[in-house]
Amino acid sequence: MYIYDAHDKHILRDRVAQFKSQTERYLAGELKEEEFLPLRLQNGLYVQRLAPMLRVNVPYGMLNAAQLRKLAHIARHYDKGYCHVSTRQNIQFNWPELPEVPAILAELAEVDMHATQSSGNCIRNTTSDQFAGIASDELIDPRPYCEIIRQWSSFHPEFAFLPRKFKIAVTGATSDRAAIQVHDIGLQLVQLNGETGFKVFVGGGLGRTPVIGQVVREFLPEADLLSYLDAILRVYNQLGNRENKYKARIKILVRALGVDVFTTKVEEEWQHIKDGYAKLTREEIERTQGFFTEPAYETLDAAAEESALKAVASEHKAFSKWLTRNVSEHRVPGYAAVTLSLKPTGVAPGDVTDSQLEAIADLCEQYSFGEVRTTHEQNIVMGDVKQSDLFALWEQLKALGFATPNINTLTDMICCPGGDFCSLANAKSIPIAEDLQRKFNDMDYVYDLGELDVNLSGCMNACGHHHVGNIGILGVDKKGEEFYQVQLGGNAGNDTSLGKVLGPAFTREEVPDVIQTILDVFVENRTEEELFIDTYRRMGMKPFKERVYAKAD
Amino acid sequence: MPKLIKDGAIADNTWQFIDTAEDANTPLPTAPLPTGNIIVPLAVWQAQKETLKGRRNEIGVWLNSTELADTLGSDAAELPLIALRFPVFMDGRGFSTARLLRERYGFTGELRACGYFIRDQLFYLKRCGFNAFDFGEQYDENELEKAMQSLNDFSDGYQTSVDQPVPLFRRRA
Repeated sequence: MYIYDAHDKHILRDRVAQFKSQTERYLAGELKEEEFLPLRLQNGLYVQRLAPMLRVNVPYGMLNAAQLRKLAHIARHYDKGYCHVSTRQNIQFNWPELPEVPAILAELAEVDMHATQSSGNCIRNTTSDQFAGIASDELIDPRPYCEIIRQWSSFHPEFAFLPRKFKIAVTGATSDRAAIQVHDIGLQLVQLNGETGFKVFVGGGLGRTPVIGQVVREFLPEADLLSYLDAILRVYNQLGNRENKYKARIKILVRALGVDVFTTKVEEEWQHIKDGYAKLTREEIERTQGFFTEPAYETLDAAAEESALKAVASEHKAFSKWLTRNVSEHRVPGYAAVTLSLKPTGVAPGDVTDSQLEAIADLCEQYSFGEVRTTHEQNIVMGDVKQSDLFALWEQLKALGFATPNINTLTDMICCPGGDFCSLANAKSIPIAEDLQRKFNDMDYVYDLGELDVNLSGCMNACGHHHVGNIGILGVDKKGEEFYQVQLGGNAGNDTSLGKVLGPAFTREEVPDVIQTILDVFVENRTEEELFIDTYRRMGMKPFKERVYAKAD
Repeated sequence: MPKLIKDGAIADNTWQFIDTAEDANTPLPTAPLPTGNIIVPLAVWQAQKETLKGRRNEIGVWLNSTELADTLGSDAAELPLIALRFPVFMDGRGFSTARLLRERYGFTGELRACGYFIRDQLFYLKRCGFNAFDFGEQYDENELEKAMQSLNDFSDGYQTSVDQPVPLFRRRA
């Protein structure tokens, strides 16, 4: 994991002092509300329905034990004893007091954490694959490049007042778990003739106008990463729409110019700056890579570990289910990655308490080299667990409520905070998730359905990624009442697709039965090897639509 | 004499700002321009460039936020002053314009921020190449003194910039 040096610490301390002074000026009436607004947003602070909300960055999802304990401390002392893992791998506190936020930021800085640019019209936290560095399908570890981007984007003097927010995601694996095609910039690490570089996607995004990103460059040499990002951002900063905030994302600019014209502008700009000081040096790439070296893995006999594990699993049915659903392959023999489910029934998806955070800190020190990763599906991963430790770890996770064996199933829903917390929301989302978890509480049925992404957003800003859920649910407001629109056919990953609207929206009470009907159509029509998305793609919307609305008549 | 921040100190504003008419359809001023140091709109500069060049050291040009650096292009290198007017502080186009004027078009004169920007932007503005800050009526002299502190909100930055072209990663010891 990246460790701050004196420069990083100094810059972050400067930021904390700057925001402290800005908050004091605001509270003293010396800084106008509308002027303080973007300043607080760029320090992660929203004003929400009930209280401020502070969004803390978790750069590319990596957290160590000390940071987990600090988050627990903040949850306990400044909040109501819990926090929330967001759909962009960040941590959100729902109840901080504005005058205390500078103190929270100072506490975070002690463990090299911050809320810099976690909101506002600027470059946001760079996200990545939660299995970075450990996935067996990984070509190159994306995290060093994420860290290089984090530093470049932090306090970038030219791009702090963009037309709109700007999100970058990086993946280094063949299977895209970072949803790079629905980001303003998506970077896929590739190799060409032995050289490392990036395939560059621009103009993807969810929100009001969902768009899949387009390729602007098939191969960008790694040394040119920052100058190319500068070129894209500069074109956007100058030409992006500033009149209408709903047309201000880079995806609209790419669409308005056409990807060819946009690309030409970027390439022209880049020609001017590509050989300047921003060109990455071999030393810098290697210095950063040096922070993401392998932990001290033991040399283990894969076959022996595997058979020992199978023996335990055969005696414990519940453990065996958890193994299937919540444990992933690791590229190192004898190790596995464990996903802690933050989606037990009755808990808001992604919520975690102070004492749970401390327990995770202890467990990751005991079992996983003291580090965890947050995921954009709002779970937490322990990346480096020995297979021989899995049973002991499972028993402890079970006691803590993290062993619900539902990863990548229907009940592992992505869900935004919705109308219970968020002032943008048109409708609640957490209670819908809970309704569905209660309705589909037969785990055998849920397993039989196979992998299924159900994503919920409480408004069209799409924090719950409903466009890329196999089943997406969107809260809408109709004359002051909450309704829910259902979409089918969305998918994140390599074959990203956007869901299509099934038809007229439903009341909250109708939603669970509608989902049941959709699943019935799937189960009746699927072939043996098909997942929901496959059946939908083969058959189209019609049979689902006919059944759902026939029933409603 | 009105005051501004220039090169890190309070200074007299010795330039007269020639505004455009509010109505964009009004023809450009054809009346003779005042004598002395004046900052003219881009359109005036473009229309009267040849005659104005005779007054070389007393003609500055201002750009609004939609007028990007290439609208001045190589003319920039000849000018003693360019002002970028921020219509509202959230409009960040001027940050790119400033860098391009300095880094691409060879502008070495006074680069002035004017219009509606706020002191909390001073550090970034400075990094992008501004060296003068005209807050107009927004701050009195006492407040200008305080605002100046924001020029030094940070001790260092990661990126390449006008005031420090060498990014931090090339300077880490």
